[in-house]
Amino acid sequence: MTTLTDPAKGAFRLSMLIYDSRYRSITIQIIALIAVLTLIGWLISNTASNLADLGKQPSFGFLGEAAGYDINQRLIDYQNQDTHLRAAFVGVLNTLLVAAMGCVTATIIGVFVGVLRLSKNWVVARLMTLYVETFRNVPVLLWIVFTMAVLIETLPAPNQFRGATPEATMLLGDTVALTNRGFYVPEPLFSRSIGDIHLFGASPLRFDVSLDLIAVLATLIASFLIASLITRRADRIQAATGVRPRTWHWRLAVIVLPLAALLAGLGFYLGHPALKGFNFQGGVYMRNSLIALWLALSLYTAAFIAEIVRAGILAISKGQTEAAAALGLRPRRVMSLVILPQALRVIIPPLISQYLNLTKNSSLAIAVGYMDITGTLMGITLNQTGRELETILIGMLIYLTISLTISFVMNVYNDAVKLRER
Amino acid sequence: MTKLSYVRTEMLPEREPPTSATGVIGWMRQNLFNGWMNSLLTLISLAVIFWLVAGLLPWFWSPTWNAGSLGQCREIIAEAGKQSGACWGVINERWPQMLFGFYPQDLRLRPTLAFFLLFVALIPVLFAMISRRMNWLLLVLVLFAATFFGPGGAVMTVLQIVLGLGLAWLAWTVVATDRADRAAQIKEGVKRLPNPLIFSAAFVFLMPWLLWGGSVWVPVGVALGFVIGWLVFRLLNALIGSLAALILAIVTPVLWWLFLNGLFASAMQAVLPYGLEPVPSRLFGGLLLSVTIGVTAIVISLPMGIMLALGRQSDLLIVKSLSVIFIEFIRGVPLITLLFVASVLLNIFLPPGTNFDIILRVIIMATIFAAAYMAEVVRGGLAALPKGQYEAADALGLDYWKAQRLIIMPQALKISIPGIVSTFIGLFKDTTLVSIIGLLDPIGLSTSIRADTNWNGIVWELYGFVALLFFIFTFSMSRYSMYLERRLRTDHG
Repeated sequence: MTTLTDPAKGAFRLSMLIYDSRYRSITIQIIALIAVLTLIGWLISNTASNLADLGKQPSFGFLGEAAGYDINQRLIDYQNQDTHLRAAFVGVLNTLLVAAMGCVTATIIGVFVGVLRLSKNWVVARLMTLYVETFRNVPVLLWIVFTMAVLIETLPAPNQFRGATPEATMLLGDTVALTNRGFYVPEPLFSRSIGDIHLFGASPLRFDVSLDLIAVLATLIASFLIASLITRRADRIQAATGVRPRTWHWRLAVIVLPLAALLAGLGFYLGHPALKGFNFQGGVYMRNSLIALWLALSLYTAAFIAEIVRAGILAISKGQTEAAAALGLRPRRVMSLVILPQALRVIIPPLISQYLNLTKNSSLAIAVGYMDITGTLMGITLNQTGRELETILIGMLIYLTISLTISFVMNVYNDAVKLRER
Repeated sequence: MTKLSYVRTEMLPEREPPTSATGVIGWMRQNLFNGWMNSLLTLISLAVIFWLVAGLLPWFWSPTWNAGSLGQCREIIAEAGKQSGACWGVINERWPQMLFGFYPQDLRLRPTLAFFLLFVALIPVLFAMISRRMNWLLLVLVLFAATFFGPGGAVMTVLQIVLGLGLAWLAWTVVATDRADRAAQIKEGVKRLPNPLIFSAAFVFLMPWLLWGGSVWVPVGVALGFVIGWLVFRLLNALIGSLAALILAIVTPVLWWLFLNGLFASAMQAVLPYGLEPVPSRLFGGLLLSVTIGVTAIVISLPMGIMLALGRQSDLLIVKSLSVIFIEFIRGVPLITLLFVASVLLNIFLPPGTNFDIILRVIIMATIFAAAYMAEVVRGGLAALPKGQYEAADALGLDYWKAQRLIIMPQALKISIPGIVSTFIGLFKDTTLVSIIGLLDPIGLSTSIRADTNWNGIVWELYGFVALLFFIFTFSMSRYSMYLERRLRTDHG
């Protein structure tokens, strides 16, 4: 038997930095690092000398100056005398608003279309294919400006609702008005409201949170927890006796009754929009820029989500369905207990990236004048203050934070449903 | 004892299946009306289709092709006694603008030629089954057709005759010999036509020249830079080792492009002046702009993405973290912010006095953006590859680059084809974002056309036309990816 020994270590020579594979990787990395640092240094020195020529020292002081422009769609109070920082904050909230609304609707439509595309019904499957291909193959910006144009050109102006014989009427028993300036929908109001909490005092990041809303949410969460306890108890009884007690009426009661009691206690009612003068007053006013962006982003992303859902369901082998059927499960149970839990593992990772895409695409709001972070900070603030470097840097960091947060949260969820391999 | 048999001795004749289970009716019962739920869905879908067709067809069929304004359109539609109809006059009047933007009218042959040549150049890259003769035939055909639209003159006539003869000869060889015979001949050692990929490589330099014009010696000099790099590598590889030769082979062409190419081009221009009329970038617009940005960014982003993916997968800590930071940063921000960087910040980052073209800046940012996404797609392919493949490559004694080139990449790229193509499609669709920073791509042009008093109020026709333009490209790309997946499938059955 021969023994293998390392070759005797010679003295270190400079050429070993290139020819010896032990040192070469270090050499390459250091060269790469120096090259990148040089590039960054070069860019920074260029920037510094360019900015000095322009007489603009980088500073973030402009964030404290009065913005001087109005933002017409906002979630928190804002006047044009507020600071640029406040305007940017309004923009961030608007971005989050449209992203959240879009994600919810896109998921609903996407799951619906994806499942229907797998239908054995030929006509339905073809119709859904048509939908998916039309929306996927046309740029989202085109959908956004197109939806906006359609809303403006085809819907009636508010003054057409006036008069004894109006040309346009409100929908759903005079509660919803679709006009070319935006949608007016009923607003939830509380006659015995328990007030708001004011967060962050008088700083630019101040905002109010309605205690009523918190109470409603807390009640709902508690109800759902109790409902899930009931389900678990039913599971236990079923495991012990083989008979599953009927629980749906209990669960329904637990969810509906406390909520109804709370709403009655708070004096809940809907504030309807009504025509006063030339425009509607009351209700929630959603400008058509928001509607157009929301609709277009939802429909566009839904087409991608539909494909993801379809691929996820197709990825589950037919043997799983057959095995479940052989165990005697009914078709609905097969879907909910066998197919969906497995399909979700395939669906969730690409779904996360679709949510991220939707959030990033919401920056196209600037094309229709919806005041999100791109419209406020990187739009008007940039133009008014001339601080290109600072505004774009902050804007990018905000998007980066939002993206990383979404992907972090969704990855945690993904880990929770991931296949546990032993 | 009676002989009783309870087994049937003669078979019943076969009978036709009932009519309700065969033919159209059977198919409909099976696919459309099995169960009340499905029947309901079918009826709803049919109603939707009917509503779409009934709404669209009469609208679509509208005799307004020659109208000069929306007002005229409305008059024509009212005369025809219809409620509403499409106003096709806007497409008739503006389609050249939607395709070319403000590119000078008498020079539009150049982008058109470049566009068709792009397909000729792409065919050998995209399709394996097209023969070399067919490729050259297509090239000569495009050039021959182009001569008829160009300026006249004796040179053109000679060119036409030469190209025509070449076309006839190529067409004859294509028609006269069939594939199997030709394959046998090639096996015996008959000289083949040159590889059409030569033209594809040349087209990389030809396209910018056709689009932007200027002296012919500039693209020639740029191409010469690559030749110089290759020569340096070949000559020095044996003398000073591969790594040093590689570094020099990269540095020399860069020096050539930076310092000597301008000198070379102007010297050659003085000796042999030939060039096309230059067209500044600000005149580019419409689909031409989208295709220029899209194609350039697509071509450059793939190799960049592969390098980034390799960097992210590598064991070298610094290289890896640099790649991760780059990829995650680019993927975390919307493209529009990068375009803002291109339009307002890039000039601040570069040495004072540098001022280069907005289209070039946009292409750079779009390429970087697509490269980060491409890197993640390729990384997915690399991760999906079984570890045994890496180990097998190591066992064969291949070094890193050989293992990547011969074993890993061919398989990893094959796995990632759908992702790569959808990134391409996404990038091509995202070229429309340049309208936000004020470039006149089809959407930017639509906005300005809608602002025109003649066409104020046009929505469906214009956006429908733009949607159709993009749909043609993206849909054919997605179909191509399906074809490629089928072609590269190596499993059996």
